[in-house]
Amino acid sequence: MADALFWAGGGLAAAGALLALIGALGVLRFPDVYTRIHAASITDTGGATLMILGLCLISGLSLVTLKLVLVWVFIMLTSPAAANALANAAYSAGHTPWIGSFRIMQDNRKGGSR
Amino acid sequence: MTGYIPGFDANLALDAILLVMLVVIVAAIAATHRMLSAVILMGLYSLVSAVWLVVMDAADVAFTEAVVGAGVSTIVLLGAILLTRGAAAKVSGRRRFLPAVLALGVGAILIYATLDLPDFGDPASPANAYVGRAYLEATGNDMGIPNVVTAVLSSYRGFDTLGETVVIFAAAIGVAIMLGFGERAMADRTIEPLAGGPADHHVVLRVAAKLLIPIIALYAFYVQFHGDLGPGGGFQAGVILAVAVILHALVFGLKDTMAAVKPKFARGVAALGVLLYAGIGVTCIVNGGGFLDYDHLFPRHIEAQIPDWILGPADPAHPHHWGQHFGIMAIELGVLFTVAATMVTIFYGFAGRSMEAPQPGAPRSGAA
Amino acid sequence: MLLIGAAAGLLVAMSLMIARAIMGPSHYDRILAANSFGTKTVLLLAIIGFVFGRPAFLDIALVYALINFVTTIALMKFFRYRSLAAPLTTHTPKEGGNG
Repeated sequence: MADALFWAGGGLAAAGALLALIGALGVLRFPDVYTRIHAASITDTGGATLMILGLCLISGLSLVTLKLVLVWVFIMLTSPAAANALANAAYSAGHTPWIGSFRIMQDNRKGGSR
Repeated sequence: MTGYIPGFDANLALDAILLVMLVVIVAAIAATHRMLSAVILMGLYSLVSAVWLVVMDAADVAFTEAVVGAGVSTIVLLGAILLTRGAAAKVSGRRRFLPAVLALGVGAILIYATLDLPDFGDPASPANAYVGRAYLEATGNDMGIPNVVTAVLSSYRGFDTLGETVVIFAAAIGVAIMLGFGERAMADRTIEPLAGGPADHHVVLRVAAKLLIPIIALYAFYVQFHGDLGPGGGFQAGVILAVAVILHALVFGLKDTMAAVKPKFARGVAALGVLLYAGIGVTCIVNGGGFLDYDHLFPRHIEAQIPDWILGPADPAHPHHWGQHFGIMAIELGVLFTVAATMVTIFYGFAGRSMEAPQPGAPRSGAA
Repeated sequence: MLLIGAAAGLLVAMSLMIARAIMGPSHYDRILAANSFGTKTVLLLAIIGFVFGRPAFLDIALVYALINFVTTIALMKFFRYRSLAAPLTTHTPKEGGNG
């Protein structure tokens, strides 16, 4: 049982690392800031979730698990917020998205509601 | 639980990869002319070197590197860039020649010197053989504290650490003398919330910061009081506590933060920390010991009154060292006060100063 | 074994992030790379703690997760607003006298 949990946890962690790797490739290859933010933030949270779930399976139920869950909570709190702030700052600084500016923002620019 | 594989030295492989990363980052820092890129890369450098320290099993140092190198020093450097031009001046090739030769020469000497260093973890090396070993053997009997790093820092070499605390306090004074306490920022009524365009509304950030600030402060106290048992202590906890204040200032504005944590208050706490530390030392003298000799922190009749349940029942072979426990706790509190207040004061100095001189080209609407 | 593979994957991802941080045409790319690098460092520390059997490293991972956010916000705010002191707004500023 413990052995199965170990392998399952290791597999999840490796899957998380694979996701992080894919995200890093996206950050390297995507054409503009927004697509890169998209790649980084999604794979960061997803990879972290998989990886920490895996480590939780390995550690069993202990104080270590609590700390792992805390790490997960912090990443889930901070990573999306930072990505949002970054995209927001990039847009308001005048970086036009690669796909062209989109309608919601044009409406905003006219001074309408948010 | 440990994934040990024969024939594969994970430690060595990790070391090699991290060192290559460090070299690449340093080369990039040296090559860039933009200060902001350099600051970001230096943050990355701190992160990588902290991971490296963790791999070397120096958890306390890694902790400090993480909070100071990657956290506060990045922010202070940003504040410094605000007060300067933000780009390195072009230097002609000839003037770069001598520094390059000097740097390479010193680097070569250092690399040559490392050849004589003992291997990592070598039991016969001077660091492990004499004093370090004595500390490791004696700490359990002398103090009953599991984290030897904390024991050495705050008890065996408490006088050194007092000096370091005073140095940190002096840093606060130095920055305050040069840049002021940032108090003019409080009185300044012309500062508008900055907003460049319609997309500039940071609701998500404010909510996330509101959630995080208490957690960061709480974590600082965990690091503070867990320092006897695991990695951590007053220095790290102080910086983390200061980071909570800095995050508040970054998101909600310096004025609001200064209303909550007044510069005068920060100043006072910085001095109080040093006073508490030195006061503990003097108390030990008054009660018949040496300076910072915690075994004499309490007079005997008071020490006998301390209830055993605080640390659990004592066994006769290893009596509770109440003086050591409470002395270390008190001076770590002093360090926490001084470090946290110093970091906040330095941040106030830089951030408050930079409000006075808005940079050209800063997006600022609604100021008309 | 799998954990070491995961650590290796993370290290490769971190190297790619360094590449983006060095190249990154705009500063936002660099900040993004730094932030993502920090998150991966947190995960790497957690994994290293397990591989070396030292779960105490999780304390350091925790502090990275917190510090990384503050640094990212500071860099973002600095680069966007050239100020560390001004508050970030919650409302859309009125423009051109309408509304």
